Amino acid sequence: MSLTANDVNKIAHLARLGIDSQDTESYAKDLSGMLDLMTQMSELNTDSVEPMAHPMDQAQRLRPDVVTEHNNRDKFMSIAPETEAGLFLVPKVIE
Amino acid sequence: MHTKSLTELSHGLQTGEFSSVELTQAFLTRIKQHQNLNAYITITEELALQSAKAADARIANKKAEALTGIPVAQKDIFCTLDVKTTCGSKMLDNFLAPYNATVIEKFNQAGAVMLGKVNMDEFAMGSSNETSYYGATKNPWNTNKVPGGSSGGSGVAVAARLAAFATGTDTGGSIRQPAALCGITGLKPTYGRVSRYGMIAYASSLDQGGPMTHSAEDAAIVLQTMAGFDSKDSTSVDLPVPDYSANLNQPLTGLKIGLPKEFFSADLNAEMAAKLSEAIDEYRKLGAEIKEVSMPNLKLAIPAYYVIAPAECSANLSRFDGVRFGHRCENPIDLTDLYTRSRGEGFGKEVKRRILMGTYALSTGYYDAYYVKAQKIRRLISDDFKRALTEVDVIMGPVTPTPAFGIGEKMSDPVEMYLSDIYTIAINLAGLPAISIPAGFINEMPIGLQVIGNYFTEAHLLNIAHQFQQVTDWHQQTPKGFE
Repeated sequence: MSLTANDVNKIAHLARLGIDSQDTESYAKDLSGMLDLMTQMSELNTDSVEPMAHPMDQAQRLRPDVVTEHNNRDKFMSIAPETEAGLFLVPKVIE
Repeated sequence: MHTKSLTELSHGLQTGEFSSVELTQAFLTRIKQHQNLNAYITITEELALQSAKAADARIANKKAEALTGIPVAQKDIFCTLDVKTTCGSKMLDNFLAPYNATVIEKFNQAGAVMLGKVNMDEFAMGSSNETSYYGATKNPWNTNKVPGGSSGGSGVAVAARLAAFATGTDTGGSIRQPAALCGITGLKPTYGRVSRYGMIAYASSLDQGGPMTHSAEDAAIVLQTMAGFDSKDSTSVDLPVPDYSANLNQPLTGLKIGLPKEFFSADLNAEMAAKLSEAIDEYRKLGAEIKEVSMPNLKLAIPAYYVIAPAECSANLSRFDGVRFGHRCENPIDLTDLYTRSRGEGFGKEVKRRILMGTYALSTGYYDAYYVKAQKIRRLISDDFKRALTEVDVIMGPVTPTPAFGIGEKMSDPVEMYLSDIYTIAINLAGLPAISIPAGFINEMPIGLQVIGNYFTEAHLLNIAHQFQQVTDWHQQTPKGFE
């Protein structure tokens, strides 16, 4: 299976990932190479196999619903690119 | 001082032969002398000397533990409070972590002295340390060769004796492969044994931290500090931590070793096969029985891994959006532009390749064909190991197809690079523990032997590795110029 430069641009948009236009062809080639590798998987019938998500098939652990974290707002603000009055700033979303 | 084992260092500190400050200074001097290797991204000199002073006081008060006062190189994937934590990426070049990873907390409590943060492939994606934003790390055995990856800086720091030991993380071989290529010992524990809290995530169902050391004896001491249940990691396993040093000297008489015929096929490089065969002969002499086993689905490990790991990475790395921390582009015109350009500028090519692959594999219409299919194959591979491990106690095999390759040699073809992980990634898919130990040299470059055990049998693997290191001296070799 091979992907085109157009496919790569669509996937990059889904991932909100900027890629240089001169690199699009090389990503298309690399991803096609990876997909070729993956076609080996379809040679094996896995209809009756249960997918494995966790090596120990462990279920998500529950914990009591109590506050365990301290309020680190100032700390988190101090490493943010742009903040104001304890809030993260982003470009205007609603006109 | 820099050639001593952890036990010897601890003894030296506690008997007053040298202080932690002296030991720390000796390593800091070596780090500066060998900066051409590019092993460290950040050297935390001031912090190290402060910790060393505190360790000396603790030793004087007879409150020392096994690692108190001993200098460590931390992989730059572990969050360190108020210390730059880059994960090898431009994205986090300005990131001062707001908290410590559990592993870092444990080393702090043990009184270990952090010398700095070591180089790695960007977001742990790579097998050569060449994808780091901070430049390639060089192999001290031959500086034209790669040290392996992604924990390449850790491998080099230990091999060149720029730290007494190091930490690494292993998602598809990232502890074992650099350990093999640098001639040191590296243990990937069972999935869930070491906390992932504060360890920047690549592929969460595969990632696992572990020790990178000169010997199995050292690895036992380091794992003792790293291992244990952590309520902050939702996949941490709540089982007691055994004494990893207690059984190192158990004889290996009657040990059943399985050699998968798929690992030792005609594809295996002849020199590598010969070296491994010599290593396995040592085990025969130690009283082990050797048996062939078969794991027919191993060949599908690479395709399954390169679906699962990119899929998980594309989800994990969505947090790097230029809003709360990390790189943000200049003058974004709107929110989409902010996301797209911040991520476009912050991530390197290999990371982008894997985000694209993962996004594609998880997108509507492809999810079943790729991600679910890969998870089913993951089950079959895991079952292969389970079956083999009912017939034998441990499985042995190569770590890498060849010794270290040249810097730049495989960068143009990503699939070629991925294939170099062929002997390590199946173990991550199954979640099993495995150790890489030095097993000789090919063309003056070290190679490793891999020992794979059943779940939570780290103590047994360390025993098996230690017994080998009692009858061989591969692990005691030091590259020229670093003695």
